[in-house]
Amino acid sequence: MSLEQSVIFDERKDQIHRKGDAPFTMGCNRESLAGAVSQRACVFCGSRVVLYPIADAVHLVHGPIGCASYTWDIRGALSSGPALHRLSFSTDLQEKDVIFGGEEKLYKALVELIDRHAPAAAFVYSTCIVGIIGDDLNAVCARVSREKGIPVLPVQSEGFKGNKRSGYHAACKAMFQLMGKGSTEGISPLSVNLLGDFNLAGEIWIIREYFRQMGIETVANITGDGRVADIRRAHGAALNVVQCSGATMDLAKMMQETFGTPFLRVSYFGVEDMAESLYAVARFFLQRDPAIMDRTRALVREELAVLYPRLQEYRRALEGKKAAIYVGGAFKAFSLVKAFRLLGMQVVLAGSQTGTEEDYQELYEITDEGTIIVDDSNPLELSSFLKEKDVDIFVGGVKERPIAYKLGVGFCDHNHERKEPLEGFVGMLNFAKEVHSSVMSPVWRFVPRSIHRGKEPAFTESLFKAGAECRPN
Amino acid sequence: MLLRHTPKEIAERSALTVNPAKTCQPIGAMYAALGIHGCLPHSHGSQGCCAYHRSTLSRHYKEPVMAATSSFTEGSSVFGGQANLVQAIDNIFSVYNPEVIAIHTTCLSETIGDDIPQIAKKALADGKIPEGKHVIHVNTPSYVGSHVTGFAGMTKSMVDYFAVSTGTKCNQVNIIPGYVEPSDMEEIRRIVEMLGVQAVLFPDTSRVLNSPQTGRHEMFPKGGVTVEALKSTGDSMATIALGRLASGPAARALDTKCKVPCEILDLPIGLRKTDVFIDTLRRIAGVSVPESLNVERGQLLDIVTDMHHCFYGKTVGLVGDPDQLISLTEFLVSIDMRPIHVLTGTPGKEFENRIREITRDVPRSVNVRAGGDMFLFHQWVKNDPVDLMMGNTYLKYIARDEDIPFIRFGFPILDRVGHSYFPTVGYRGGMRLLEKILDTLLERQDRDAPEERFELVM
Ligand code: SF4
Ligand code: SF4
Repeated sequence: MSLEQSVIFDERKDQIHRKGDAPFTMGCNRESLAGAVSQRACVFCGSRVVLYPIADAVHLVHGPIGCASYTWDIRGALSSGPALHRLSFSTDLQEKDVIFGGEEKLYKALVELIDRHAPAAAFVYSTCIVGIIGDDLNAVCARVSREKGIPVLPVQSEGFKGNKRSGYHAACKAMFQLMGKGSTEGISPLSVNLLGDFNLAGEIWIIREYFRQMGIETVANITGDGRVADIRRAHGAALNVVQCSGATMDLAKMMQETFGTPFLRVSYFGVEDMAESLYAVARFFLQRDPAIMDRTRALVREELAVLYPRLQEYRRALEGKKAAIYVGGAFKAFSLVKAFRLLGMQVVLAGSQTGTEEDYQELYEITDEGTIIVDDSNPLELSSFLKEKDVDIFVGGVKERPIAYKLGVGFCDHNHERKEPLEGFVGMLNFAKEVHSSVMSPVWRFVPRSIHRGKEPAFTESLFKAGAECRPN
Repeated sequence: MLLRHTPKEIAERSALTVNPAKTCQPIGAMYAALGIHGCLPHSHGSQGCCAYHRSTLSRHYKEPVMAATSSFTEGSSVFGGQANLVQAIDNIFSVYNPEVIAIHTTCLSETIGDDIPQIAKKALADGKIPEGKHVIHVNTPSYVGSHVTGFAGMTKSMVDYFAVSTGTKCNQVNIIPGYVEPSDMEEIRRIVEMLGVQAVLFPDTSRVLNSPQTGRHEMFPKGGVTVEALKSTGDSMATIALGRLASGPAARALDTKCKVPCEILDLPIGLRKTDVFIDTLRRIAGVSVPESLNVERGQLLDIVTDMHHCFYGKTVGLVGDPDQLISLTEFLVSIDMRPIHVLTGTPGKEFENRIREITRDVPRSVNVRAGGDMFLFHQWVKNDPVDLMMGNTYLKYIARDEDIPFIRFGFPILDRVGHSYFPTVGYRGGMRLLEKILDTLLERQDRDAPEERFELVM
């Protein structure tokens, strides 16, 4: 039995595809198999990552302590002003609350929070247990909202009611309740909302600056460095620019239906996608401002002039190296494939936790022959693919990093833990630098993965043998 | 300021926890289970919890952390998780092939009321558990206790499921090291070996969560206590449990189940607590303390002697887990420092009593709280600043805002390395703690010294 066969659950075989093998089909969008070491998260996690960057709101996790502890400021979403989002608020449900219900506790917690911090709004996240004990979140939120005069929004994010994507949806629904409430006076006809950017490492500031140079006003950041008042008037913007299909697409659709705001799907990762995103927005506003295209071209030209020569240096070193990608949403994988190509590198594995069928179809089309495409993978599969393809760098999240390192493979965090902005033109340079720093690190000389190539892993006995040696006296 | 939203005035809160100083039971259970050789922890609930626990452990140890989940859906939350768990057991044994599956529950499966032993029985009856393999479990409702409770529970389960008394005693001692780092478990084992005592140490996460770089990812690393060793704990002469909260329940269970007498001690952090541990071990095993250990003790004492003027009267704020804080506070008091804010997120009045007792002679008013949070701790510090703080990584916000020197100690540490490799228990661990304390205090003194007071020899 080959290594690969032995680590793949039969039920998962159609969630893995090797390009070139057979006509492309992909099983996806299904529940993880019970018993798998899945890399997936829950509904709550999805809602939390989307809403958490709104910095002048309080984010109260209604549930037992863990859900709040694990999500306390783990994602570097920067704020230029208030930082309420960096605190962790929880109702810390106790046994008696589980038995008698947690509504009263929730009410008290909200009142206390709002009195102390005077936030612009409050988001209340429900966790699994709340879904079971049946607290009426809506009623409590409505009551507090009435009494305190600020929006108090329930987020229906019980973990078991779907996966991360359902969490995005719940977050969008909560945010949507804010919209259409603020005054849209004074908003420029050339205006956008930025959807689906969370300002990790300050990325949204870079994008806003590009738009400013193009003569476009950004009305609301949704949600990086986000403010409640901006979201309340977001319906006044002429266009929604939506990054990363999964997270805020639903919101864009709701806004289109209700307010008629059109949207564009974009990506700010990689040179091609970044430039194309700006051009697409420019094209949208061309009628209103014919000079916008020239300004955009000038901006792209200027950025590229700085970027290209420096990228070439990295490219020379990285040419021919191999990369593997396993990210949360598939949309990001598209841009990464292109970005690696720009560096002269080849993507040999591409996968995501929660991609849809169309996502995988698109991924299939842009990847090379032989590339492995995978949905909802697990550590054993991933490590066997990494070894088989003799990969030089792995792009993933927190749980993947140590696996890559143990195998002696470079790593780049394209998720919560990114430290440098990876969006925008400058982001491409940072990305190249990060890839370079890991792929070319001298450490791999000491831990050559090639030493073990082809050898089956052997499970070794425990070091500790005292019990085994124990003999009756 | 990062925590500018924290006011100085303290108001009693009844419903709200802000900036928790604890987390939930399952992560402790998962950590303990990783200390069994060839064990795959299994989270019976929806996948979110499991993902969070693995991520947090991964960040703290910078190691892959393997655990499976029942992946609850809406259906399972209505009809119960039996089908998921039976299928999970089947899948896990056929693909990952562990020796042991250690199941813990989550809030969700607890509230639904799944009966794990009954489900495991069904899996066995259905032939899903291969010959010679094991499924153990612990209930870990997170609305009770904290991560420490979960650790204690899983450790006790090791006894409940494995310990047997064959009627023939064997010449070994059980050591339950408590909820400490892999490096600490390694150090405890080193001390035991120095004394020449045969022992079973459980759980043992060394070489699991501080494993070397080998160019391989091993699903089941080399470390961990074996099932065979766990079985033999029932025949041991005695048990020494370190840390009352984390290790007490398992030690008492061994006593009840297999009549193995136990001594429940505080964690061996600092001079005196290490003395007690070594002396107890010496007494129980009838051995004498080797000179090499005495040397280590003397070296620790030597640092305290040489630098006692630096410790004198320094005030300290501590956040952490009860077992650790009890010993650490005692150590700090014993070197003339003044712990004046001591807070744990884990509930339990006993903690407050013990800290009060330990700090009785500290000539300052001392704030103690069990079941508190970092928000309260920060307010204490604002009202009564300290010279030094020790606690997990989240303290760095307070350290920065209040400009107070800070040492990382406890769980989780997300931004530094060292804790998985260098212990804080035993005499050597004590020396490391002192080194850290001195480095931190003197660094600050150097930083703040006016030019004319900047000294070479300190
Ligand atoms: S639901 Fe319970 S077990 Fe899961 S993370 Fe939250 S507190 Fe922990
Ligand atoms: S309890 Fe539910 S909401 Fe909380 S982390 Fe677990 S799966 Fe997610």
